[in-house]
Amino acid sequence: MNVFGYLLDPAHWSGPGSISSLLLQHLAYVGVAVALAAVVAIPLGLLLGHAGRGAFLATGLRGGVRALPTVGLLFLAALLVGADAVNIVVVLALLALPVILVATVAGMRRADPPAVVSARGLGLTAGQIVARIEWPSALPLVVDGLRRAIVQVVGTVTIAAFVSAGGLGQLLVRGLAEKDYPQMFAGALVVAALAIAVHLLFSGLALLAGRRARPRSRRTAPAALAVAPS
Amino acid sequence: MNLDWSWLSRNLSHVAVLTGQHALLALAPVLVALVVAVPVGVLIHRTGWASKGFLAVLGVVYAIPALALFVALPALLGTLLLDPINVAVALSVYSAASLVRSVVEGLRSVSSAVTQSASAVGFGGVRRLFRVELPLAMPTIFSGLRTVTVTNIALVSVSVLVGSGALGQLFSLGFDQSFYTPLIVGLALSVILALLADLIIVLIRRGALPWVRVRRTA
Repeated sequence: MNVFGYLLDPAHWSGPGSISSLLLQHLAYVGVAVALAAVVAIPLGLLLGHAGRGAFLATGLRGGVRALPTVGLLFLAALLVGADAVNIVVVLALLALPVILVATVAGMRRADPPAVVSARGLGLTAGQIVARIEWPSALPLVVDGLRRAIVQVVGTVTIAAFVSAGGLGQLLVRGLAEKDYPQMFAGALVVAALAIAVHLLFSGLALLAGRRARPRSRRTAPAALAVAPS
Repeated sequence: MNLDWSWLSRNLSHVAVLTGQHALLALAPVLVALVVAVPVGVLIHRTGWASKGFLAVLGVVYAIPALALFVALPALLGTLLLDPINVAVALSVYSAASLVRSVVEGLRSVSSAVTQSASAVGFGGVRRLFRVELPLAMPTIFSGLRTVTVTNIALVSVSVLVGSGALGQLFSLGFDQSFYTPLIVGLALSVILALLADLIIVLIRRGALPWVRVRRTA
């Protein structure tokens, strides 16, 4: 049996139910879910990080969410509120939220404490402190958190196909039903490739963000660290 | 809501068996990974600047979703899809990728002042590794162990979609029959198992590393 048979057959790449259309569905689910999670988590993380609270939240939440079996939660949610697209996206967003929140809080806490104190002394408002000192320092960690969240959601959307959502997981569902292993293998490969691509893309973005936050010249180091260009 | 707790009393032995399977499938890979990760981690740490590249590669491996690995491994290993070996191998790979990073970071956290003092006092390379560097890296490694164990326990259920799945079977049973009891029992047991495993590792750490003052680490 040629496991690559399904993947290499051009007929499977166009038309309804094809790999391409499932890939687009998958990306849509991931995009909306992560955007939703980020829209809630990043502002919340900014608030908590700036206020200095959230250390307990960070460690506790991260550990607690890690223990939750995604399959069980998805199945439970599907039974409770039904498995239509909106509900699935909300569940996915809820699962991605802690990752982004913890990363944002950690990033904000990472800001150079003397710089923050001096800025307060200079009379900068809270908003200015966040924008010029804490956020630039937090950005690499936030991007890294987004990376982990997106990679996680790519996997979760694959599982969600088993409660009759769309996405690349359908290749697994159909392949299982039709006893067509090459189809399942194709699904697995495309999902893995997608996750790896996202991982590499956001790792690169995090590196770039990290470079922006670092000083360009040793002589101006303290000033550049303290206040990012506005 | 279709809920019937007598289901639990009727199926207690089955649930117990599933819990045992679940624990085995989750924990055996951790041990395998630990045995592999410590020597590999030491080697990677020794390469100095190249270690970042190796860790980056491991990071890519860790990004692959568990379900994809469960499905793809039979092709690579020649096993059947339903074989629990796939789950064990996949989890071993993940756990090893994660633990190697923990080992490297732990070794990296040992300050050069300490290693240089050790060399000055007369510790040779290997003795220094076993008596100074590794013990000091242990807190980080234990932290990684806790993460990996808890993650594995959550991941085993995913295999129910393409295999046995241990406690995951309760999830699919509940879903197929719109029956909430096995779902809730499965979720509760999964979380309890994770908390228990985490606690045991913390206790082991306290026993093995009495000299560590436990601050709030991850």
